[in-house]
Amino acid sequence: MQLAVNILVLASLYALICCGYVLIYRVSRVLSLAHGELMMLGAYGLYATASLFSGQPLLGLAAAGVLALAVGLAVYGALMWRMTGESVLAAVLATIALGILLRGAMILAFGTQTQYPLRELGWSNASIPVGAARISAVGVALVLATTLVYGGLFAFLHGTRWGVRMRAAGQHPLLAAQRGIALHGIYALAWGLATFTGGMAGMLIAADAGLESTMVIIGLKAFPAALVGGLDSLAGALLGSLVVAAAEVSLIQYVDPLLSDVVPFVVLLGMLVVRPWGLLGTREELDRV
Amino acid sequence: MSGYYRTRYGEDSALLDTRAQKAWLAVLVVILAVYPFAANVLWLDIANQVLLASIGAIALMLLTGYAGQISLGHAGLLAAGAFTTGILFKELDAPFWATLPASAAVGAALGLVFGLPSLRLRGLYLAVSTLALHFIVIFAGGEYETRRGYSTGIVIDSPLADPRAWYFVLLAASAATLLFALNLLRARTGRAWRAIHARETVAEALGISVQRAKLSAFVISSTLTAVAGCLFAYYRGFVSAEAFSLYLTIQYVAMIIIGGMGSLLGAVLGTVFVVLFPYAIDAAMAGLGLTERLSSVVFALNYAAFGLAMIAFLVFEPQGLVGLWRRARDWVLLWPFKQKPLAR
Repeated sequence: MQLAVNILVLASLYALICCGYVLIYRVSRVLSLAHGELMMLGAYGLYATASLFSGQPLLGLAAAGVLALAVGLAVYGALMWRMTGESVLAAVLATIALGILLRGAMILAFGTQTQYPLRELGWSNASIPVGAARISAVGVALVLATTLVYGGLFAFLHGTRWGVRMRAAGQHPLLAAQRGIALHGIYALAWGLATFTGGMAGMLIAADAGLESTMVIIGLKAFPAALVGGLDSLAGALLGSLVVAAAEVSLIQYVDPLLSDVVPFVVLLGMLVVRPWGLLGTREELDRV
Repeated sequence: MSGYYRTRYGEDSALLDTRAQKAWLAVLVVILAVYPFAANVLWLDIANQVLLASIGAIALMLLTGYAGQISLGHAGLLAAGAFTTGILFKELDAPFWATLPASAAVGAALGLVFGLPSLRLRGLYLAVSTLALHFIVIFAGGEYETRRGYSTGIVIDSPLADPRAWYFVLLAASAATLLFALNLLRARTGRAWRAIHARETVAEALGISVQRAKLSAFVISSTLTAVAGCLFAYYRGFVSAEAFSLYLTIQYVAMIIIGGMGSLLGAVLGTVFVVLFPYAIDAAMAGLGLTERLSSVVFALNYAAFGLAMIAFLVFEPQGLVGLWRRARDWVLLWPFKQKPLAR
């Protein structure tokens, strides 16, 4: 029972992080390896707004969300739009360079101390019994947030004008542009949404375990889940997160806790060998030899 | 009759074909030979680091710059070489002449493993699979450390202690790698690599075995990298899994990007740039009188500045330092006339 709860919480975390990878990849065919750093930036945003609006935690949370969205738009506006049409390697490297830059800048701005934004908000992380198992309040928030984000994204992509435009841009940029869809706006929106959801994941991790530089590793560990599910499929990201989280939690439980850092990547390699396009990914998207 | 004509095949395949090139090479050799006697300890160490890193950078350039296979597992391969050396040294007390070929063999085997995904995957997916292998290699190394109780790392006694002797050993290794790469690229293998880089289907139609070319690129590059890892282990006298982080991979990729893709000169220039970069930041901070105030965050400053430099090169000079050098050379050669450089 506890095992199932742990898997559910970890899977929600991975899924929340993954949807950033998937959104950006699906819309603009760019893999963002700066996602871990952007998550951390979102968490620092919460830390800053929490001390700014002390006493009004909800206001602080909302401000942090808006900040994360703005950061994503700014990243596209300042850097990533220049990478449109460049080679795959150049775009990936640009995100890697951005990640290094952000990591350095965050340490310069906030120091290396572990921060606890939850304390700044004035909340505590209670442990809630669920049947025979226990789940932390942050864990519940994580599952709720992931459900809301995925539900919201589904409604957005299928029900709204901008969502349809976004799917069109992802399917065929040239045709989409000729139908009068402003690609730069769509890409910027994708980056904004991805950073928003990533920032949310970062805030929740920071609320649970404190805000420190290991968060970047978590961001990178979530990436295999996106690929296992299929890089261009949101439903796949959910499924992939579940698979990776189940493998990770049960191996930690039954084999060796030290395996935690490497399990997602082993699952990823296995997937690449058997079915490179992922569980629910689109097959013809993959450039194969 | 003006101009420069080649009348024999020997001249066509010569690495140095004009008298000026030979003269410049002689000057370079003299400078390199005199350097360790003129430099102080710090500059000697920097030169050694450049020479050591240049081996890995050339290996990565062969793979990514010429064969067009993206790899994000370079630190893992360096770690494999270094750990092979460390483990053999600790477990069997193996001497240098045994650990070096052993590292090379492990590198070749790993290259085959790293290269296998490339037969099915391309571009991004290949980069991701090498990234996954990086984590697995580092995990295996860390596991060895903890199991055997070397929790902080493996200490290796180096057969060479004098940095000047190291300089000449590393210079020889680096020069040999460069010469090997130059010759390889002129030969069938190197031409096959460039063909699969340009367009795989056409290369296959021309009778090039794409699988073989890809695997050979991975194996040769990994072997060189693992040898560099072995030398790294002896030079530092210390091997630990933390030294081979993802940041190291990024530094090597930055070397070939900043240097300029598809050019061995670029690999060397990029190495010099990346190795010198932190020292330049240090010097700049000392010049501004900020050293005391920022001493605790100097690594963060390095990170931020390095990221900025990488972004600047990616956005403003995708051809890298080699592009800058070519433009400067053309400008000087054509002066006082102006001409746009021909597209390369």
